[in-house]
Amino acid sequence: MNRLQDVFLQKQGNLLNVYFTAGYPTLHSTRPLLRALQAAGADLVEIGMPFSDPLADGPVIQDSSTQALKNGMTLSLLFEQLAGMRDEIQLPVLLMGYLNPVMQYGMERFCADCEKVGIDGLILPDLTLDEYEREFKPLFEKHGLAAVFLVTPQTDEARIRKIDALSNAFIYLVSTASTTGTKNAAQSATEAYLQRVASMQLQTPAMVGFGIKDRSGFELACRYTRGAIVGSAFIDALQGASEEDFPALCKSFVERFKSPVSTT
Amino acid sequence: MTTQTKSPYAVDERGFYGRFGGAYIPELLYPNVEELQKNYLKIIEQADFQEEWRALLRDYVGRPTPLYFARRLSERYGAKIYLKREDLNHTGAHKINNTVGQILLAQRLGKKRIIAETGAGQHGVATATVCALMGMQCVVYMGAVDMERQKPNVERMRMLGAEVRPALSGSRTLKDATNEAIRDWINNPADTHYIIGSVVGPHPYPDMVARLQAIISEEIRKQLKEKEGRACPDYVVACVGGGSNAAGAFFHFLDEPQVQLVAVEAAGKGIDTGKTAATIARGRIGILHGCKTLLMQTPDGQVVEPYSISAGLDYPGIGPLHAHLHDTGRARFLAVTDDEAMEAALELSQTEGIIPAIESAHALAALKKMSFENDEVMVVSLSGRGDKDLATYIDYFGRRS
Repeated sequence: MNRLQDVFLQKQGNLLNVYFTAGYPTLHSTRPLLRALQAAGADLVEIGMPFSDPLADGPVIQDSSTQALKNGMTLSLLFEQLAGMRDEIQLPVLLMGYLNPVMQYGMERFCADCEKVGIDGLILPDLTLDEYEREFKPLFEKHGLAAVFLVTPQTDEARIRKIDALSNAFIYLVSTASTTGTKNAAQSATEAYLQRVASMQLQTPAMVGFGIKDRSGFELACRYTRGAIVGSAFIDALQGASEEDFPALCKSFVERFKSPVSTT
Repeated sequence: MTTQTKSPYAVDERGFYGRFGGAYIPELLYPNVEELQKNYLKIIEQADFQEEWRALLRDYVGRPTPLYFARRLSERYGAKIYLKREDLNHTGAHKINNTVGQILLAQRLGKKRIIAETGAGQHGVATATVCALMGMQCVVYMGAVDMERQKPNVERMRMLGAEVRPALSGSRTLKDATNEAIRDWINNPADTHYIIGSVVGPHPYPDMVARLQAIISEEIRKQLKEKEGRACPDYVVACVGGGSNAAGAFFHFLDEPQVQLVAVEAAGKGIDTGKTAATIARGRIGILHGCKTLLMQTPDGQVVEPYSISAGLDYPGIGPLHAHLHDTGRARFLAVTDDEAMEAALELSQTEGIIPAIESAHALAALKKMSFENDEVMVVSLSGRGDKDLATYIDYFGRRS
């Protein structure tokens, strides 16, 4: 059992998963942001591997990717930055990104390096369910990497069941049929969809992502699932920030969604 | 049909041509793409679809396009050169064969809204045209940089009633316009059909677009039979960016090994200069826009902006069919520089009285790189006309003189 599966079992209450793009706002933000998010009380972290053509992302995350690439971010550098993180970071950490850079790095080498630095799971939106099942499942499992798949309001029940069977950490419920960072998810259509999925009694816990910007969106997500993933709103908050701002910035950001938890 | 052996160049049931193709799409696109995968062949093969599509190609597009024996050009090169005059289609290029087909398909799928990407604007104009014809809402994504470079086509699309939205992300050209169109489709999954303009994108697009462009080689066979007494030429030559006119010109010759297929890429300033669009020569296998194919990219897998003087050939990938034709050696790939293409355009203008699109001029420039026997028959796909390129021609030849 890895940290990722553990967090859903051990932690009570709502889970906040915060996304940021590696190499943004500055090339060497990765470790300081991980530390600051952990101290601020985030429950999981998702690190985006920047790509020139991020199809499923809206303008905010696209722009952060473009900036990260300009800053000089690469997969090799990211693994260097993450080396040794498990000495200080106990949070579950996922990598999110598109297939092409991973493919050029080499899927086997990528998975081995993920295991080496202590990555717990992967979200690769253009890796389809079929392709995962046919080609990469044993590799992911060998390196202790959980595969996280997306479900959208258009996904039919049979496919959700299939995704549930193949998932070993959590299912990523896309709040509305949209790219990341679009309008707030607190809408009745969203609620009906979350209700529908919740009523399916899946074995895998779910989190909601895309369009979660504030406490009301977060709490709506938490009524039906274990928590939410916040990306674009955090990237927005990071704009123009420097390393010394991170602790305070992350603390107030996390508090936008969750009340501070007593540490006793 | 079921007993027929499958062509090694046809797409397989998972959408692959050899090691290329597939549908690497985020789950958000799965319902749209699955709907197309399940229905495209059924719809295209229906009698009423074929009837309506062919009637429109005849009465609206102006097909069949002539297969013209270029006498003076033939004398110059010492072969029998035929030009397949796709430049004489309505809107000035082969692109409309595909858009007429896809809009009929969209109607049969009950879609109300059409989106498209465009680079130089030819596919955008062809899409805006059929949307006007069918009274459907049309949104065309175009890189902000391309909108500046190709203003007349932007105005043309607007006059046809389409909304042209600038792609402001990334390098602000064709690949970014494609990203934006895909994002629009993600955001509007139920009522919208995405008309991709080339043999790229997730399965079934490469096969669907190739089948709609296959009308080109279907006509060549018939016309050549009348003129030469045989359906198969010795060579078929076509330019490739994404590769839709080449796919259409090759389609009905793929399983005729005696026909040599020649695909011509844009070398830009030269394949070793870093300013090139020659994907076969310079690409590595990768995934872009839902498709595994050869791709211009950095060692880290970031997609590189290609360069060519021709705005219609600067896509960083190539259709998976073409990557497979290269892998198997079925087609020969040549690369032609900006200068060679411009020279060939001038030559065709002054020997045959036809000003070609710069894209098509790349195919013509390949003639200089080939050797043939006197009586050999070759068909060159003249994919588009040069009106849209006049400013580039004036600028180029003006600077040179």
